[in-house]
Amino acid sequence: MQNNIYIYIVIMVIVTTLIRVLPLTLIRKEIKNVTLRSFLYYIPYVTLAVMTFPAILSATGSPISAWAALAVAVIAAWLGKSLFFVSSAACVVVFVLELLLHV
Amino acid sequence: MNSYNLQNFREGLRDGIPIALGYLAVSFTLGIATRNFGIHALPATIMSLTNFTSAGEFAALGIISVGAPYLELALSQLIINLRYLLMSCALSQKLSAETSLFHRFWTGFFITDEIFGVSSSRPGKLNPFYTYGTAAVAIPGWALGTCLGVILGTALPARITRALSVALYGMFLAVIIPPARKNKVIAGLVIAAMLCSSLFSYLPFLADISTGMKVIILTILLSGAAAILFPVKETEENAK
Repeated sequence: MQNNIYIYIVIMVIVTTLIRVLPLTLIRKEIKNVTLRSFLYYIPYVTLAVMTFPAILSATGSPISAWAALAVAVIAAWLGKSLFFVSSAACVVVFVLELLLHV
Repeated sequence: MNSYNLQNFREGLRDGIPIALGYLAVSFTLGIATRNFGIHALPATIMSLTNFTSAGEFAALGIISVGAPYLELALSQLIINLRYLLMSCALSQKLSAETSLFHRFWTGFFITDEIFGVSSSRPGKLNPFYTYGTAAVAIPGWALGTCLGVILGTALPARITRALSVALYGMFLAVIIPPARKNKVIAGLVIAAMLCSSLFSYLPFLADISTGMKVIILTILLSGAAAILFPVKETEENAK
């Protein structure tokens, strides 16, 4: 490694910060165009859904525990449980099931 | 900090806890990989404390360890983290128009998939102090996990990291399912997104596209289609 690791880190921070910060600091007015507003409104639902499924299926030690965690999280969220509850319920299901399944 | 901001900050701290737990699991794995690439605990922790981007950091390890040109690292980060650009655009409309440049900067600085997820699910406008609260818990969790991964190597039982790793998916579901229950368009959009995401994971050729790129392509296509087919009325947006 001839290059300095801290210079690498500074470069990473600069590039990633610009990506994160530019739209928020440049688009300061409320956008009036309905289509564009709607596009931005729908973004979180699509990105989070794409990142969740099917990635969750390969996150654990067995497809059974993964599907169970998915089902429990969806039901708990449907019932309007808190973020913390939904999240920990999914973890507990995986932990207990994998103990039982000897994964 | 006035009492309204303090209240938001506290709610952020609370929602940051499940994020931090999930981060511990993922960043622990990142720390182990970092150790295998021969990078020490101090630079690894500083990298995590300042970047907090899992795919970006994983990719950086390989690039840094072979001493590749700085430009190559910059380009890799640009491509892998480009989805934050879309998230930042979405949050620009979630902040009130009076929000100062200072708070706009720091709200953007703390964007991660998870912090964006919880911030965009706030009812009405987003108070930047909520985002700061989540970051104050989640980012130390990310850095701590990285540090422990480098120092301990494989000491943490795999059983625990596997269980914790679904925390983040649970969190995403807690964000998208309740609005999907109330709104049929969002419900259809979530299902369509998951189906398309599966196609991108399992079909030959499409499966070669990186996860970051898949998120960008599907977000633009699906949010765009929904915006044209089902434009949102002002009142619906505020009721969110």
